[in-house]
Amino acid sequence: MRVSVLLFASYADALGPGPLPLELPAGATAADVVTALRARPGAVALPPAPMLAVNARWAAPATALADGDEVALLPPVAGG
Amino acid sequence: MSRVAVSAAVSGRLVRTPISGAALLDAVAHETAGAQTAFLGAVRDHNAGRAVTGIDYAAYEPMADAELAAIAAEAAERWPGVRIAIEHRIGTLAVGEISVGIAVAHAHRAPAFDACRFAIEAIKARVPIWKREHYVDGTRAWVDASTAGAAGAPTTGATP
Repeated sequence: MRVSVLLFASYADALGPGPLPLELPAGATAADVVTALRARPGAVALPPAPMLAVNARWAAPATALADGDEVALLPPVAGG
Repeated sequence: MSRVAVSAAVSGRLVRTPISGAALLDAVAHETAGAQTAFLGAVRDHNAGRAVTGIDYAAYEPMADAELAAIAAEAAERWPGVRIAIEHRIGTLAVGEISVGIAVAHAHRAPAFDACRFAIEAIKARVPIWKREHYVDGTRAWVDASTAGAAGAPTTGATP
């Protein structure tokens, strides 16, 4: 399947802003997106378990993905 | 993001233009609401010991917009009768400019205060918005966990 990866704030500075197309095997989870990104330059900026959203909703790492999903890696939020 | 005036009795949204506390209060005012509360967050001139000259607010926009609307809806559900309007600004703000505004109206003060406090804490915990501070020496840095506390925790250092 192919998913689109979005990165924000410090993660975007480190890895590029995206959206980044990513090819994953069937049955992949949101955590697999993080694993795939760890091979990229700048990945040292990612914490052990970055917060995730799938299709603009907070999602656990074990969330199963479907073709066309939008997966976002979200730094600790700092609104207000 | 819409640019229309705040009108709904229960609303939450991102905006790119200056936030008016008065407009938010007007949006929730009602003959039945004898209590009106508001919270306004503004850009402060210092953080974590450094002089701050401005802040860039960035967001995962569709998600942030949806989360702000959801927080308003949750407040109205948790405190029946609450009328609430929330706006969070994105873009580059100068010191003193309002970054977030919440107005709440209810027949009684306790639900109005409680819903307002709930909303700002929820915004700080779960709305995907980030800020990059500008410092007097010309450098800029994203406010991260080292200065803003753990995600989801109320902060004391980086925010109003």
